Order: sequence, then structure tokens, then C-alpha cells
Amino acid sequence: MSTVVQKKGFFPVLWDYLTTVDHKKIAILYLISGGFFFLVGGLEAMVIRIQLAVPDSNFVSAGLYNEILTMHGTTMIFLAAMPLLFAFMNAVVPLQIGARDVAFPFLNSLGFWLFFFGGIFLNLSWFLGGAPDAGWTSYASLSLASEGHGIDFYVLGLQISGAGTLIAGINFLVTIINMRAPGMTYMRMPLFTWSTFVASALILFAFPPLTVGLFLMLFDRMFGANFFDHTMGGNTIIWEHLFWIFGHPEVYILILPAFGIFSEIFATFSRKRLFGYSAMVFATVLIGFLGFMVWVHHMFTVGLGPTANAIFAVATMAIAVPTGVKIFNWMLTMWGGSIKFTTPMLYAVAFIPSFVAGGVTGVMLAVAAADYQYHDTYFVVAHFHYVIIGGVVLGLLAGTHFYWPKMFGTMLNETLGKVTFWLFLIGFHLTFFIQHFLGLMGMPRRIWKYLPNQGLEVGNAISTVGAFFMAAGVLVLIYNIIITQVRNERVGNDPWGDGRTLEWAIASPPPFYNFKQLPLVRGLDPYWIEKMEGNDRMTPAEPIGDIHMPNNSFIPFVMSLGLFIAAFGAMYQVDWRASDGAEYGWAIPVLVIGMLITIGSMAVRSLKDDHGYHVHKEDLEKDDEEGGRL
Amino acid sequence: MDMEQKFTSKTWPESPEKTTLEGKNKFLGFWLFLGGETVLFASLFATYLALKDRVPDNSHALAQDMFELPLVFIMTMLLLTSSLTSVYAMYHMKNYNFKKMQTWLLITVGLGLAFLGFEIYEFNHYVHAFDHTFTSSAFGSGFYTLVGFHGAHVVIGLGWFILLLIRNSRRGLNLYNAPKFFVASLYWHFIDVVWVFIFTVVYLMGMVG
Repeated sequence: MSTVVQKKGFFPVLWDYLTTVDHKKIAILYLISGGFFFLVGGLEAMVIRIQLAVPDSNFVSAGLYNEILTMHGTTMIFLAAMPLLFAFMNAVVPLQIGARDVAFPFLNSLGFWLFFFGGIFLNLSWFLGGAPDAGWTSYASLSLASEGHGIDFYVLGLQISGAGTLIAGINFLVTIINMRAPGMTYMRMPLFTWSTFVASALILFAFPPLTVGLFLMLFDRMFGANFFDHTMGGNTIIWEHLFWIFGHPEVYILILPAFGIFSEIFATFSRKRLFGYSAMVFATVLIGFLGFMVWVHHMFTVGLGPTANAIFAVATMAIAVPTGVKIFNWMLTMWGGSIKFTTPMLYAVAFIPSFVAGGVTGVMLAVAAADYQYHDTYFVVAHFHYVIIGGVVLGLLAGTHFYWPKMFGTMLNETLGKVTFWLFLIGFHLTFFIQHFLGLMGMPRRIWKYLPNQGLEVGNAISTVGAFFMAAGVLVLIYNIIITQVRNERVGNDPWGDGRTLEWAIASPPPFYNFKQLPLVRGLDPYWIEKMEGNDRMTPAEPIGDIHMPNNSFIPFVMSLGLFIAAFGAMYQVDWRASDGAEYGWAIPVLVIGMLITIGSMAVRSLKDDHGYHVHKEDLEKDDEEGGRL
Repeated sequence: MDMEQKFTSKTWPESPEKTTLEGKNKFLGFWLFLGGETVLFASLFATYLALKDRVPDNSHALAQDMFELPLVFIMTMLLLTSSLTSVYAMYHMKNYNFKKMQTWLLITVGLGLAFLGFEIYEFNHYVHAFDHTFTSSAFGSGFYTLVGFHGAHVVIGLGWFILLLIRNSRRGLNLYNAPKFFVASLYWHFIDVVWVFIFTVVYLMGMVG
């Protein structure tokens, strides 16, 4: 097979996406499903804010409130923020390093489908007897006491999607280490690639503890083990340790790629080289290291003693140093630059004060003694929303506008983009700034309702108004996306006009094989260097030759589907045993069938040779003459 | 490069597992995966240590009461030897001697199966002689989870070797399957290393109380 025939029509396109191993299409899959879960999580957030808008409200019941609150956190972290970051990593990183694809295209697809089926499984809990209700941290003493299958959905869903994340992490590490174009040394890699690299290393070492924690919970709830049951010698604190050994690096897994996106945006729209590049790289790596040494600051009130608390308090405060380095470097990148306030740049500029506010409350929380006052109050809620929304979500929105033309070949409307920005930014500060004070006044977090005349009415009402502003901003963004895609005005390689890195040297969207000839990288910001020397394209590092491409495959979908099916069996065999085999007789067969599907498809993958195919040199040259794309 | 290309022992590259880009990626990716596996087992070891001898009441057997060195010694020797035989297999793989590689891998699989047999006997013995089960105490849960995870890795490793041997039984070595054999043997070494830690932390430290 030499050329790829582009089929039209709904089903061929659907089949293409179900079997694709192309990093650019997988990026779109991540963007769509991450975006969907972002809307679901946002809807849950709106219910929370409506319930808390007025005192003594009965908009939702207490039990349902717990479920919504749990699912809001879990969905936003695992099913919205991470996949959306993976969308940009997939779309941009291989291009930024001048690669034709990721190192393991098949695993890339597998990672996506595992995440997707895990997320669907988790959300099916709404329709199958109730969602998890022990908070996104799912502390063992709470979750073991939770009735029904909510927690089981949490455990199994996260187990499946977590495996996908781990696979994606390894894939990006190998891609960045092995697949860089000639001349692309480590210290010439764009900051987004660097932050993806460090975040992937964090994924590699942080997700296994979560896997173990989830297994222990799974064994306790579904197979009669006693890890967390103290009457049987168990210890509930084990869950807290394992969860936070994962959970704290997770925060950096989310924020570092967002830092990377902002670094690209600052340099692009200040039309200046990123200030302090090597210090930025060093700070990123240092944050990655320190991220593993601070998990106990989530557990200051557990009672691990003053020595442990003091060590972890100091380690936590130390993270402010590399983060501060980054903040100053971004400001100095803008200093003296020729700044263009596009939508992505507005997000980047707004990110600095918002994130610094979250960082300052972070250092306040790191003071172990003071934390006894803040712990489990709305002060903490305000803090992590300032970090997650002020950092990660602003980064995702900035990235959406910035990379949309590269992913889809058409620009989002700038005016609507700015409307979204202002609505979202104002709404965000309106919602969460006041929550610092609610927390200091003693409002506990995860509370279903509060009574009147305790001084909490005004603050909560303001907070809810802010949430509606954010929702309005998101609606404008959706409208923007729809009209942009309908109009579909095509753009060239470098639609912002100031692109610095390799992804802007290639068509939007790029051809499926990316670079016809691998580019020769001659320094940091390689495309900028070529432009400054009057070239309109990259200098090629190789003559035109055959390009080796991987085959599409449906196996990743089937492999993930098998685990999805098996998860139902694992869950309902509990009822089967509880009813002494009278009911749910199908549970064990379903578990076995699901596992067989997964193991069988792994065996097929292993036994069937898959050499891929070549795009031939002649076709590439002919394509050049015709000026079209294969 | 043609993946199915035939080689002779003269033209066979020095590191066949890293000669192609796919092989290089697989090699590095698998090492990184083992890094993640290390953290996985570290978490299981920490859990086991926190729950060691944690039982609901005095009637339950503790580590000291159950573990016997002779059995564990035999298991350790079996697994360590199987690691050595897989090294021989890889030595012959690098020298393009397919027949000898097959032979040594078969010996490796045999030793692994023997290990697995002893482990099944061991678990069975604890359950019936001491009522030490997965659900009887937190100690039981921690023990069977840690050692069982290792056992599951052995099963997967054996299945992997067997599958590779069957699939490639008649086509010899090429640059497509050499990395596959190599990473499978890396996995086997990792399993061996984990066992060394289990031997020390669970059994030796369990014996001294």
C-alpha cells in the first residue's frame, strides 16, 4: 500500500477514528471527550453552587449532594483536566520535536480508549444505583462505609483510566527521548515539550501508588480483604498515604503542562525569546522532584507528629522558589517585548496574578500549625481552585485558542474569544475569592447546607453569581467553536504570524506523516531562526525518502472494552456472593468473558506481525507538484 | 529496513534489540515501565510492612509461626537459576543461535513453572495448616497481595515466553522479534529482583520476628 485513500461519509470517518493511531487524531479524540467531561463536571459544579446559593436550601438532598460533589472533583481531575492536557501534548509535542509520530502509536490509541472507557464506566454510576459519595479523595474509613456500588464505580473506573494515563506517560517519555529531529538537543526543546517530559515522568512514578491504593480498596470492598479495617488489624491511614503519594504529584502533572503552554504563549506574543530558558527548564525539573516530597502536607491533621509535619512543611514551602523563578521569567519575557494582546495572551497575563494568589495561600497552608485552622474549610477550597482554575483551566482555555488553528486548520473568533476570557476571568474571581473569607469564618468544605444568620449568606450568594459568569463564558466558547467550524476559513502554517517553534513550520492541520523531510534544528525557536534569516521554511535534514507509517488498529478499542465489561462482573459478583448465588449469576461469567476479551486481544496483538506500511518517495514528490495533500 | 530480512551470525548486529527504531523505543519504554513497576512493588512492600503481624486476636498465626526457610530457599534457588538461564538465552540470541536460545528459554520456563508450583503449595499450606487466608486478617491481605502480585507477574512472564516461543518456533531470529525476546527476559529479571526483596523483607525478616 502506498497512498492512503481518504474516505468520506459518517461511518468511514467514525471507523477511522475508532482505529486511528495518528497522534493528531488521537489529540482530537482527547479534546472531544475531555471537553465533554469538562461540561459534565461543570454542570455538577453549577448544582453545587445553586444548592449553596441560599441558606437552608433543599435544591438537592444531602446524599445526592455528596455524590455530585464527589463526581465533580473526580471528573474534573481525571476525566477533564488530564485528557485535555493530553490533547495538546498529542497535538503539539511530536510536531515541536520534529517527529513523525509518537514512539508507540498503538499504545497511544490504547491509552486513549482505556481513559475513555474508564470515564464512561465511572459516569454510568449515575444510572446504576448511585454515584460515589466519599469525596474525590475517597478516604477509606468513609468509602468502606459507603453503601451501594458508588465507590466500586470509582475504584474500577479510575483503575481502567489510570492504566491509560500510565501508558500515555511512558509513550511521551520515549517519544521525547528517542524521536527528536536532528539538532533538537534537550536544551533546544520548547518549554511545552520540557514540561510534558517532566509531567510524564511524574505520571510514571505517581500512578503506580494510586494503582496499588485502588487495588487495596477493590480487594477490601469486593473480595473481603482487610487492609483498611482496623478491627481486623488494618490501617485506614495507608489509603491516605498511597492516595497522596499519587495525589500531590498529580497536581504538578496538571500544572506543569499548563506552565508549558503559557511559556510558549508568552514568548510568541511578546515576540521575544523566552527569558531565562535554562532557569525555566531547571525550575520545571526541580518542581517535579519536590512534588514527590510533600504529600504529607495533605495529612497535617492526621497526627503524624511535629517532626514529620515540620519536614513536609519546609519541603512544601521550598516549591515556592522554583515556581517564583518561573513567574519572574514570564514577566521578564514580556518586559521590553512587542506585546500583542490576543486571546491566548490575555489568558497568559491573567494567569500570573491568579496563580500567584493560589501560590500564596498554598504557602499559608504549608504552615503546619496554622493548617489546623484552615484544614477542611472553604479556605482550602478557594486555594486549590485558584491553583487549578487560575493555572490549569486558564492554561487549557489559552491552549484551546492558541492551538485550535494547528489542530483544525481554522481560527477561533478572536472577539468571542475575548468575551469568553472576560466572562470566565471575572466569574472565576467572583466565585472563589470570597471563599477564602468564608473559610476563615469557619465554613467547612463539603458541607451540604448552612443555616441562616451565621454570616455566610452574602459570600455564598456572590460565589454562586460568579459561577454563572463562568458558565456563560463556557457557553460563548461553545458557540465560538460551532460557528468557527461551520465557517471553516482555512489558515496557513503560521496563523498567529509569530510562531517560533517547529509546529508552526508545517501545514495546519499537518499531513498525516507530519514532516515530509525531517527538519534541521539550528537552535532554540528553530522556526523563528529560519524566519529571521529570510527563509519561509525549515532547512531539511534529509532528502525526500520513503516514510514508514504504522497501521491503524481496532485492537486498542477491543482491549479496553474487555476491561470495561470485566469491571461490571467484578462489581456485581459482590451481590452474587451476598445472595448466596441466588441472584446475579451472570456476574462471574461476565468477569471472565471481559478478561478473556482483553487477554485475547493482547495475544492477537503479540502474535500478529504488524510491520506498518511505507508512503513512497514518488507519491510524496507527486504530491508536492500537485500542491495537494495525500 | 526490511524487518524479515535474514541474517547470518556474521551479519547479525551486535545489539539486535536496539538496531531498529522500533526496537530502541521498545527497549527504553520497557525500562521505564519497569521503573513504574518498581514503585508499584515499593507501595506493596510498604503496605505489607505496615500490616505485618496485624491480626484481630491472638489465635491467628504470625509470620514467625508459619514461614519455613527450606521451602523458601528452594523457591529462591529456582527463580535465581531461571534468571541465569534467561541470560544464557539472551547470550545465544545475540550470537544468532536460535536453537540454543530456544533451549535455554524452555529451561527458564520449566524453572519458573517449578517455582510457581512451590508457591501454590506454600499458599495452600498456610491456608490449611494455619487458617491464614486473604480475608482472615489484615496481615493475610497484605501477605497474599504482595506475594500474589509477584506470583501473577511470574504467570504473565511465563505466558509471555511461551507465546513468543510458539509464535517464532519456525521462523528464527530477525530484527522484528529480537527486541520482543529481549524485553521479555528483562521482565523476567525484574521478577527475580522483586523476589530477592520478598525473600529478604517477607521471609528473612519474618523469621527473626
